[in-house]
Amino acid sequence: MNRWHIGRIGVIGLISLFSFHATCAWAEEGGVLKIDTGDTAWILMSSALVLCMMLPGLALFYGGLVRSRNVLGTIMHTAIILCMITVVWIVCGYSLAFGPDVGGVIGSLEWAGLQGVGLTPSPDYASTIPHQLFMVFQLMFAAITVALITGSVAERMKFTALLWFAVLWSLLIYSPLAHWVWGGGWLGQLGALDFAGGAVVHISSGIAALVCAVMLGPRRGFGTEPMPPHNLPMTVLGTGLLWFGWFGFNAGSALGANEVAIVAFVATHAAAAAGGISWMVAEWLHRGKPTVLGVASGVIAGLATITPGAGFIGPLSALGIGLAAGTICYGAVVWKVKLGYDDSLDVVGIHGVGGFMGILATGLLASVGAQGLFFGNPTQFGIQILLAVVTLVFALVGTYVILKVIDLTIGLRVSSHDEEVGLDLSQHSERAYS
Amino acid sequence: MKLIQAIIKPFKLDEVKDALIELGVQGMTVVEVKGFGRQKGHKETYRGTEYQIEFVPKIKLEIAVADTMVQQVIETIGRAAKTGSIGDGKIFVSDLNQVIRIRTGESDESAV
Repeated sequence: MNRWHIGRIGVIGLISLFSFHATCAWAEEGGVLKIDTGDTAWILMSSALVLCMMLPGLALFYGGLVRSRNVLGTIMHTAIILCMITVVWIVCGYSLAFGPDVGGVIGSLEWAGLQGVGLTPSPDYASTIPHQLFMVFQLMFAAITVALITGSVAERMKFTALLWFAVLWSLLIYSPLAHWVWGGGWLGQLGALDFAGGAVVHISSGIAALVCAVMLGPRRGFGTEPMPPHNLPMTVLGTGLLWFGWFGFNAGSALGANEVAIVAFVATHAAAAAGGISWMVAEWLHRGKPTVLGVASGVIAGLATITPGAGFIGPLSALGIGLAAGTICYGAVVWKVKLGYDDSLDVVGIHGVGGFMGILATGLLASVGAQGLFFGNPTQFGIQILLAVVTLVFALVGTYVILKVIDLTIGLRVSSHDEEVGLDLSQHSERAYS
Repeated sequence: MKLIQAIIKPFKLDEVKDALIELGVQGMTVVEVKGFGRQKGHKETYRGTEYQIEFVPKIKLEIAVADTMVQQVIETIGRAAKTGSIGDGKIFVSDLNQVIRIRTGESDESAV
């Protein structure tokens, strides 16, 4: 314990030293910020890693969990959302989220079409990498957040409805939320800590998933016929790619190749591993057998939960967060069955609950670069509660309104005939396995 | 002549096949099937929720044999496919009216 304590002080010391050094080295030279090539290389790589989380990571993870007649439809959700949100983000999503602040609430449209988002660093964000690189790194976050939600609408949502939902949700929910927390908005000004998106990504997508599951209603036969995953090796492969890509997501959120990136990398890995173990043990005690899907689910729960605190938390705290994540998310997923809503692939139980837990844990355990309650800063915990609750309420109400409008105009679900046939044939005229 | 249909556990197929070849059986047809008996399927667990899977994967063997071999074949399958636990399967024996070998046109016992 003693050695760990000394180690932790060491890390904090290093980081303060580093920041001091950084301030000197990165100072404006003749009004133009200097690009750091190491930082730029790492964020380029991280952006590609976050893309890898979606396609193939999330696509395989979700694809394996559905029945074989819906696997292409499920993969399609992630693939097309990646394409659509890329366009939305470049056209105006980025400007709304990160453009010049308007009253702490939203970014202005000054940067629409990436006007003025160039190859020199922005003085407001990541001052050592090109502004356009920061934009594309954030683009990947915007895309994966929407893609995560699709797990709760799997096997029954109408494709056109999904396209509209993705665009509207990204513009009306994601961009404002990202602005509030990361883009100079009011939550960020209050000091809310969300390192890589526990609230902006995981609570928001988890709560949106809950609203989607309730408003779409359960799949035909839910609760009466078994709906086992059709290809668990595919899901495990997806888990591996998510884990791999998450290093870009979390360690990349340091926005440089620096000590914070290492803190985040180690915390991310530690929490993933601990999550896998604790979910397995919880299920083993509860149901008598350790399962492969249990380890995969626990790893994802650990990753989602560590996300908001990754850069502020030491390795032992990260292990603790991972252990709690595996157990609590397992409980949430089992409890869901009793509540009766059909969150098909457990976005709420894993991302929603994990994100919530992570935001609060950050308020307790932050020790590197920021202090939580256990490190003498009780105010931080209060701010974290506010962050979690605001995100929850905003995503809940906003998602409800968007879905209601789509329901009244296009309709949310495929016909029951199409659902029986499966999305692959009914929506896309394709078959995965012949 | 008899047609013997045996439902067995999939992992027992190789053992049963080898035992039948040793006995002198010349050929067989194998089909992957699903079904249930008194066992009534089995349980699978996904994320802590148990599902009753009613139709369990099995292998069905179809073997046409001369009357003289019927008893030996039944005993051989019974011995090779047995694990002693529930779900070992069943053997059905029925009369076979006619057998024709397509290549030569031979029929009945000489075609089996």
